[in-house]
Amino acid sequence: MADGGTGQHQFFGFLDRLGRRTMGGVAEFGFACALVGESLYWLVMGGKRRQRVRLAPVVAQAMEIGIGALPIVTVLSGTIGIMLAIQGIYSLKLFGAESRVTLGVAMSTVREFAPLITGILVAGRSGSALAARLGTMRINQEIDALTVMGISPVRFLVVPALVAMLVMLPCLTLWADLVGLFAAGLYIAPQLGSSMGAYADEVVNLVKLNDMLHGLAKSGIFAVLITVVGVVNGASVTGGAEGVGRMTTRSVVHAISAIVITDMIFVFMVTR
Amino acid sequence: MAPSPSDDTSIEVIGLNTHYGERQILHDVNLEVRRGEIMVIMGGSGSGKTTLLNHLLGLLSPSSGTVRVLGQDLAALSPMERQQLRTRTGVAFQSGALFSSMTIGDNISLPLREHTDLDETTIGIMTRLKLEVVSLAGFEDLKPAELSGGMIKRAALARAIVMDPDLLFCDEPSAGLDPVVASSIDDLILRLRDAMGMSIVVVTHDLDSTFKIADRICVLDRGKVLALDTVEAIRASSDQRIQNLLNRRTEEAALDPDAYLRRLLGDKANQPNGTIRP
Repeated sequence: MADGGTGQHQFFGFLDRLGRRTMGGVAEFGFACALVGESLYWLVMGGKRRQRVRLAPVVAQAMEIGIGALPIVTVLSGTIGIMLAIQGIYSLKLFGAESRVTLGVAMSTVREFAPLITGILVAGRSGSALAARLGTMRINQEIDALTVMGISPVRFLVVPALVAMLVMLPCLTLWADLVGLFAAGLYIAPQLGSSMGAYADEVVNLVKLNDMLHGLAKSGIFAVLITVVGVVNGASVTGGAEGVGRMTTRSVVHAISAIVITDMIFVFMVTR
Repeated sequence: MAPSPSDDTSIEVIGLNTHYGERQILHDVNLEVRRGEIMVIMGGSGSGKTTLLNHLLGLLSPSSGTVRVLGQDLAALSPMERQQLRTRTGVAFQSGALFSSMTIGDNISLPLREHTDLDETTIGIMTRLKLEVVSLAGFEDLKPAELSGGMIKRAALARAIVMDPDLLFCDEPSAGLDPVVASSIDDLILRLRDAMGMSIVVVTHDLDSTFKIADRICVLDRGKVLALDTVEAIRASSDQRIQNLLNRRTEEAALDPDAYLRRLLGDKANQPNGTIRP
């Protein structure tokens, strides 16, 4: 066969794959949007359809997502607080402004690092767990079993996870704010020769409600992203145990990417 | 009320065609399950019986054709009506599909909890009652992972009948079980029909259990209904394919040397950018 023909075929093959990938991505995005819509529908209309969203699974999920993540969130947000303080003092020292370090640390913790690190941790812990659980249920026909029993899988499995995530992620973020700021103070106060009390006063004066809400709003968005990405990947599992593993990995990568990119877009829209 | 044929017809399939991607799976399937009968859908692997079952369950939507379950056209139902219909049917999946995070008791009582306003005591009694029916009394606090294969199938049956459905579907109820346990599941299916008057659709490739439980048999082969008749008629059938299936004979594929050679070459010669060099 002529070389030109082969090249042409490769080119069309490339276009074909590109088209399929794009279609797949659009379809997945559409599925994600439909999922959020359907979840809201069940949350509001579930009682009327005689399929109430029950409190017990929401609480169980909230314990798993929120309380289970407390130790690791505490450790990492504390570490990041101290790290920010060290870097802040080092860089501000270059032009003799290290006394202003509290401003930088407080702002970056509350507005950026606390929601971001909490989101990434929860995506790794609970987003992946959600994807793996749904994926296993799917290949085990448990999702089909729910459907044929007349129980909506979205109402039964997705809504509790979404609600729990929406409640717990901002709570965890708030906790990460406190721990991060406290840990930063442990380093800053002695370095600047002041006390923890003076540091705390400064933080309270500097951080406005607006900054807190900025961080918490983002964590709310992250909660939706983590849940939806986990569910979409879990629900699209095919190919047995290997498929579950592949989609679980994919859900973590997608969720973290979505979190970081959404964070940037949010900041771009809100802060300028 | 529903139209008249539904009075003695539980399932009616008319001209069902389905595709998986480009490939056609079911070709013009027509099927009718009468009230109170056990219909066995039989066929080898890849005959389309699982696909047909998924259409009867409304998990797939057909390319063309109509599926009526308990007198209602699945395609025309609103979500609310569909949910209502599903409380009147029970399904026992091949793998059981029990929820692995819940105990056997919670699994079986889930439809009651979700669809009825019964109090906990009543739900407990009804759950234990169904466990008695499938001879699993006392196992309600175990998780599915702690049960054997036969027990899982029986628990799945208990969950399928907990709402006292008019119509029960069983997917491969005896597959993967030893002959004694398989036979006990067959007895159980017969007992359910006799005691509760359910219409039962069983999908299986197991010949022994087919002949034991079936009132009528639907033989599927390569997506087409080969025969739909009583056990005696199927046994007496002169159709070669049916006899092959009944006597466990493999089918002799007509040998075409050219096609055989092409398959061995992996069909490369016909591909546009084939790389076969002389």
